[in-house]
Amino acid sequence: MFLRLLRLQWKAYRRSAAFTSGVVTSVFYLFGMLYFIGMFTLLGYGSFYLLDEEMGVDPLSFINQHMIYGTSFWIIWRYFIQKMPVLNVQVFLTLPINGNTIVHYALGRTIFSFFNVSNAFFFIPFSLVLVNNGYPTSQVMSWHLAMVAIVFCTNYLNILINDRKDVFYAVAVILVLFAVFQRYDIFDITTFMGPVFDSFYNDPIYTLIPWLGLLLLYRSAFTHFKNRMYLDAGLQVVKKEAQQIQLGWLNRFGRTAIFIKNDIKLILRNKRSKMTLWVSLLFLFYGLLFFTDSSGGLYESPVWKIFAGIFVSGGFLFTFGQYVPSWDSAYYPLMMSQNIAYREYLNAKWSMIAIASAVSTLLGSFYMLFGWDVYAAILTGAIYNIGINGYLVLLSGAFIKTPIDLTSTKKPFGDKQAFNAKTLLLTLPKLFLPMVLYYVGSLLGGERVGYMIVACTGIVGYFLKNKVFDLIETLYKTEKYKTLNAYKQTT
Amino acid sequence: MIRIEQLTKRYGDTTVLNISEMDIPKGQVFGLVGNNGAGKTTLFSLLLDLIEATEGTVSIEQADVSTSEDWKTNTAAFLDDSFLIGYLVPEEYFYFIGELRNVSKKEVDELLAGYADFFNDEILNKKKYIRDLSKGNQKKVGVVATFIGAPELLILDEPFANLDPTTQIRLKELLTEKGKDTNTTILISSHDIQHVTEVCERIAVLEKGEIVKDLQTNEKTLKELEVFFTK
Repeated sequence: MFLRLLRLQWKAYRRSAAFTSGVVTSVFYLFGMLYFIGMFTLLGYGSFYLLDEEMGVDPLSFINQHMIYGTSFWIIWRYFIQKMPVLNVQVFLTLPINGNTIVHYALGRTIFSFFNVSNAFFFIPFSLVLVNNGYPTSQVMSWHLAMVAIVFCTNYLNILINDRKDVFYAVAVILVLFAVFQRYDIFDITTFMGPVFDSFYNDPIYTLIPWLGLLLLYRSAFTHFKNRMYLDAGLQVVKKEAQQIQLGWLNRFGRTAIFIKNDIKLILRNKRSKMTLWVSLLFLFYGLLFFTDSSGGLYESPVWKIFAGIFVSGGFLFTFGQYVPSWDSAYYPLMMSQNIAYREYLNAKWSMIAIASAVSTLLGSFYMLFGWDVYAAILTGAIYNIGINGYLVLLSGAFIKTPIDLTSTKKPFGDKQAFNAKTLLLTLPKLFLPMVLYYVGSLLGGERVGYMIVACTGIVGYFLKNKVFDLIETLYKTEKYKTLNAYKQTT
Repeated sequence: MIRIEQLTKRYGDTTVLNISEMDIPKGQVFGLVGNNGAGKTTLFSLLLDLIEATEGTVSIEQADVSTSEDWKTNTAAFLDDSFLIGYLVPEEYFYFIGELRNVSKKEVDELLAGYADFFNDEILNKKKYIRDLSKGNQKKVGVVATFIGAPELLILDEPFANLDPTTQIRLKELLTEKGKDTNTTILISSHDIQHVTEVCERIAVLEKGEIVKDLQTNEKTLKELEVFFTK
């Protein structure tokens, strides 16, 4: 029975988007995977020499000391990205399969997730290098096994806390606190936790502890799921009462307002789109990295100031604008058969982006504390975002065509994956073009001319709006059938 | 109202729809029946320019739907749940459609009041998002939304499916009432030949993408259809 279920899993894998959505995407995924494997292997292999020779510390004890951060980070990372395994087990519930088998299968298949496997690519080369450098094999082995257990512990811990936001945020806050304490020499958690990890190396008997922990976590994850394997419990779709939003005041903006009102509801009522607001807020503070000393002078160069300027006001543009028109993918046929002119529709999206950029710029006025030139960079970035990048995201939107399942987060164990590599790639020209423009300008006449050139490009772009919209409109029209078809795939 | 000429839709080597000629005059209530995969939804999607015809044209009021967008002002359709916006409550959805069709909120409210029976107190003022409604209630929302702004052409795919018996009967009455208006053309597809014969003046049978029967409804039609599908 278990084998049969595994075979299903294999089919799901083979038929997933990564392998069936064309050669280009497959190659892209493959390269992505190889890249990660390569990076991890290199890290595992190289970190020994780096630590030993460059930093002059004992690699093993250094790793052990910082393992507490590594582990916590890994838990947080998993929480956001890792998909939950119990998706689609409803099918099995009424089939003659033992309930325990279903749960074991659902939990068991997570072993092969990227988050577990990628660790092997770090720890195996690292351990081999240790042995090669005269560390006793049996002790390294014991340490290695402990690490394996810990990795799997984070795997099942994540499953347990995945629907417990409070637990997750508590862990995150404690982690940040420890990091801050350590930074300011108040309290150093690593001096306490280092020896714990050292003990796995010193005495193999301690290695039993993480394995026992793993067993315990697996058991609790098992009971957790087992008890909730009912359609009205763990597999239930949570229904919330609709929230009231008064948006009548927007009506003064005419036809554009119809879509803006809808988009505001879209953003506020779907978890997936709500995230764009949070990320925008994060982006707003991203500039702090550049404009304070915390980067250690890494971003001193003024070219990077423009880069930061684009980000500060561009959070919404990158997270929301990037996915136009995919936000409307679930009801695109409706939009296409209603009395809607593309221009009105696009203009509404563009207005949202422009307004959000303007608001971010206002909110970002605290950057003036770091000097006028800093705020000038942000202002310039905002002008460029409104004048140029606003079009670019709409333009690329015509080609992205990845349907967004707004309801996916409604599933109790829905995935939390909110971005993909393709759109990330399309972000690059939006960032580097202004940097190049600035660089050219600064060569011609210094910093001020650099800002002027970027800002002027934005202003010129703004006044060409009608022309650009003609182009985007034609594009959307020619892509209409393909887009409709692509959106149909998952819904 | 609708004119179809040499219309074909092919995916690779398979022809899923092939209609050489068909006219649907204004005011007609037209029913489309056929088994799964006969091409009913394909035909409706072509009428709404949601998929591209391999050959031929569909015109609504003499304008080719794939080049002109004039048809959008007087056509309303509900094919499936991709015509609903899940994160809106039904009222908001109705107002949204109303705004697109230049119908004021007040007029929408008046129209909705007329469908209180049809809604059976399960749709309005429930503070429920459309995505959380049952399939049947979602269908009620979608069907009534097409009535907003009194469009001249209504296209409904499987309007009776998922509805409870009471609502099916009410919908039949509703459509019959609408059908009496000589300005409103209605296109309905269904698996239920009895419903279709009760509501429609004309019935076409689609089989493997071709119109194999085109009947004016009379008292013998139901029998004829039953015989056709019992083979």
